[in-house]
Amino acid sequence: MSDEEKVSKIMFVNRRAPHGSIYAYEGLEVKLIMGAFDQDLSAIFMDDAVLALKKGQDTSELGVKEFSATFRVLEDYGIEKIYVVEESLKERGLSVDELVIQPEVIPISKVAELMEQQDVLLSF
Amino acid sequence: MLHTVNKSPFIFRNFESCARVAKAEDPIMLYEDGVYAAMKGTSVEGLMKEMIAKHPVFAIRADVKARGIEEKILEGVKLCDYDCFVDLVTQHKIFAWL
Repeated sequence: MSDEEKVSKIMFVNRRAPHGSIYAYEGLEVKLIMGAFDQDLSAIFMDDAVLALKKGQDTSELGVKEFSATFRVLEDYGIEKIYVVEESLKERGLSVDELVIQPEVIPISKVAELMEQQDVLLSF
Repeated sequence: MLHTVNKSPFIFRNFESCARVAKAEDPIMLYEDGVYAAMKGTSVEGLMKEMIAKHPVFAIRADVKARGIEEKILEGVKLCDYDCFVDLVTQHKIFAWL
């Protein structure tokens, strides 16, 4: 396999809440774009990023885009491995069935190992 | 003194600093990511309940709805709109925990 054809392992590490900054939305756009490049993509939602996945968000009164439903298409865009950190959910009083997608729940102790396996880590 | 908090209580210490400094009866206004402090079942629920016992606590409804947490807001937190925020600002000196 030549260098051009090498598939990279790329992981999105998401840590931000959805509407207080542009990070979560921009991160989602980058995921959708990267989906076109046939790489080995995965995503972790930890810290406040678990809040971006909360069901029932309604931004109509804020006049900003509501993008949580778009997380449901990540799998179709080639991001098949999606993880959510158990401790981050617990700290925020959330359970996985309150989320718009059902990612694999992992303990924080597993994050370092997943990061080590990647060629590229993208932080949002 | 009206105290405002707009940062996530899980990432920043602003809410805790506000809780330590605010005098009893001082109104507290949560907006933007600050509204997450008013959720049930979180790691700051105990502190939030102490705040509710000592202060009028408000949260901006539009920010609560945007985050999908309207059903999870602790009892005693008053949801209000920006008109009510403006009323509070006109009635009090204000400190913003930015």
